[in-house]
Amino acid sequence: MLGLNSKDFRLFLVVIGLTLFAPVLLNPFPTESGLAQFNAGYPDLMQRFVIFGIFAIGFNILFGLTGYLSFGHAAFLGVGSYAAVWMFKLLSYNVLPAIALSVIVAAIFSLAIGFVSLRRSGIYFSILTLAFAQMSFALAYSVLSNPKFNLTNGETGLQVYNDDPQIFHSDRLPDLPHLFGLSMRASTDIALGPWTFTLNAGYYLSAVFMVAAFYIAIRLFRSPFGMMLRAIKTNQTRLNYTGLNSRPYTLAAFVISGAYAGLAGGLLAAMDPLAGAERMQWTASGEVVLMTILGGAGTLIGPILGSGLIKYFENIFSKINDDVLHSWFAFMPDGLEDAMVFIVHPFVGKGWHLTLGIVFMLVVIFLPGGLVEGGQRLWRWITGANRKKSDDQDTKHAPHAAE
Amino acid sequence: MDAILLQTLNGLDKGSAYALIALGLTLIFGTLGVVNFAHGALFMIGAFCAVTLQRVLSLSYETIDETQKDFLGNPLKVKTPYVESWFGPDVGGAIIEWSVPLALLFAIPIMIGVGFAMERGLIKHFYKRPHADQILVTFGLAIVLQEVVKYFFGANPIQTPPPDALNGVANVGIIFGMDIVYPVWRLVYFLFSLLIIGAVFAFLQFTTFGMVVRAGMADRETVGLLGINIDRRFTIMFGIAAAVAGLAGVMYGPINAPNYHMGMDFLVLSFVVVVVGGMGSLPGAVLAGFLLGILESYASTTWATTTIPGINQIIIYLVAIVVLLTRPRGLMGRKGVMED
Repeated sequence: MLGLNSKDFRLFLVVIGLTLFAPVLLNPFPTESGLAQFNAGYPDLMQRFVIFGIFAIGFNILFGLTGYLSFGHAAFLGVGSYAAVWMFKLLSYNVLPAIALSVIVAAIFSLAIGFVSLRRSGIYFSILTLAFAQMSFALAYSVLSNPKFNLTNGETGLQVYNDDPQIFHSDRLPDLPHLFGLSMRASTDIALGPWTFTLNAGYYLSAVFMVAAFYIAIRLFRSPFGMMLRAIKTNQTRLNYTGLNSRPYTLAAFVISGAYAGLAGGLLAAMDPLAGAERMQWTASGEVVLMTILGGAGTLIGPILGSGLIKYFENIFSKINDDVLHSWFAFMPDGLEDAMVFIVHPFVGKGWHLTLGIVFMLVVIFLPGGLVEGGQRLWRWITGANRKKSDDQDTKHAPHAAE
Repeated sequence: MDAILLQTLNGLDKGSAYALIALGLTLIFGTLGVVNFAHGALFMIGAFCAVTLQRVLSLSYETIDETQKDFLGNPLKVKTPYVESWFGPDVGGAIIEWSVPLALLFAIPIMIGVGFAMERGLIKHFYKRPHADQILVTFGLAIVLQEVVKYFFGANPIQTPPPDALNGVANVGIIFGMDIVYPVWRLVYFLFSLLIIGAVFAFLQFTTFGMVVRAGMADRETVGLLGINIDRRFTIMFGIAAAVAGLAGVMYGPINAPNYHMGMDFLVLSFVVVVVGGMGSLPGAVLAGFLLGILESYASTTWATTTIPGINQIIIYLVAIVVLLTRPRGLMGRKGVMED
């Protein structure tokens, strides 16, 4: 179906189903219950899930498939955001031209950077991309916001002001990013018994883009082009010896992943019409690396899982404070309760980065294939596949993890 | 002329921090072949050694002085640090005041210990894995270390003042018959970095231990075949590299108040420095550190920033890009190191 084999098609359907019903699935706890704070089904967070999912899918095409570890991908996200906000400022709040431009601009930008950076590989490539991204950050933060030529509005961040031209804007249209009049913030609440589910226009728009991005990624993974990228990851030198020039392939992969990042940036701006330089900082680039590795680099679904997990941690875990902890451990005797709160306290709330760092290290050390590999191992352990096929396990396993 | 000298001094000063961190990074890379993204965290831990020592030394007890009143009219509470009550106010006060230089003594064993623990506990297991995995795991470690420090010391920068005697400014221009006023502590930092760099080079050049390590850097296998336990020596070198980063951090405290993410800020630049200098080349790292520091401070002059706006922000990266593309091995890189 759709040019996918049955296994991929099933995965694709699962992803469609998950994104379609995310507002329901992510709100498993009734609104009034004490566990409602673990609900992630509110528009702002769901938008982040899918947008950073797109970002990570794109990054995975470069890192997971081609084996080039870029430490500067956030630059493309930032450029995409700036481009989208400029479209809002000049044309109108309609998101389609904004997103189109952000993809194009990010692709051109990544073509330029990729052309230079891809002349080197390995650690040098990582440092070159890092240098380019830091340079873009510094430029966006200070230089490009001088009064004569204000492209980025520096520290304040680029946003739409009342005196901007907005030539296609009319009074009928909302003063917010919209899709032909449908505001991105429009949402319907559905109350179902004690549960409330919020369906949000912005989320579904981003979700459509993510499903499309995911579909393209599957096709790419299974195409001859994708095989070529894998060959580059496995052994670039040998590939070169066969007389193939690998540069066009790596450059194409770089531009594709840059365009994905631009799409994510454009969507971020479409959800909230503000673009700041901090989106380009190298910590943001590090975040997408974390997402991809955590989920499983080189797998199809991994990056989406990773980005969902990190954004969930960031928004939900960071909200747990001491009062919540006390209520959790209330069933224990007092002394023990305090002790438990004392032990857990550093890892939640403001300390969620610590948990993230530890989880990330554990994944890199013990599960180089990320959560997806963990899931596969668990599945084999449950079904007992290890015992049945322990002989050919190694040969079977290797291509599996690379998928 | 004054301005040029002043900017050169500024550059040497910035460059000494870059050079010290890059030196440690290169030591680790040259010996163990590991790209250590947690090196900035070591720099930060060093700075927080000074903070900790300062706090420990200022631990004090309160006494109530009935003869004096505070602004609310209650008897004044006088805080006396234990150190002062043990050694008398003169010596005790001096100890507190000199806490940053004292922290050097205190930081060396701690940093070497941290280095050993890192190498034996974690990095040892990553020699056989790809460079990307090494980058990722040390990146994770850097996050963890940073967050642990943040948990204990908070997110705000903590002032670590230098001793009063070194706190003022000095007119360094007098030698040249000019008028250049410069903070003393920054001069101390520069001299200190020269001392450390010299010590590391002397250690590698003139001791048997250093000779073995250099041989190991050139050809690890052969040295191993000669019956020398090269792994143990490399572990010690990791400890020394950690100590170099830590000492750089201790001394940096008075220049910029330490905060938990100072390491990361420096790390990015130090990597650029290492690459410009040439991966695995110790003199290259030092040279590139000072060169880039000086370049950066020249680019910050008003003349440069008005000619090309923002040049001071991007000059280092620009140079790195040009160097990597024209001289891929860096200024002093050796053949065969990270050529892939």
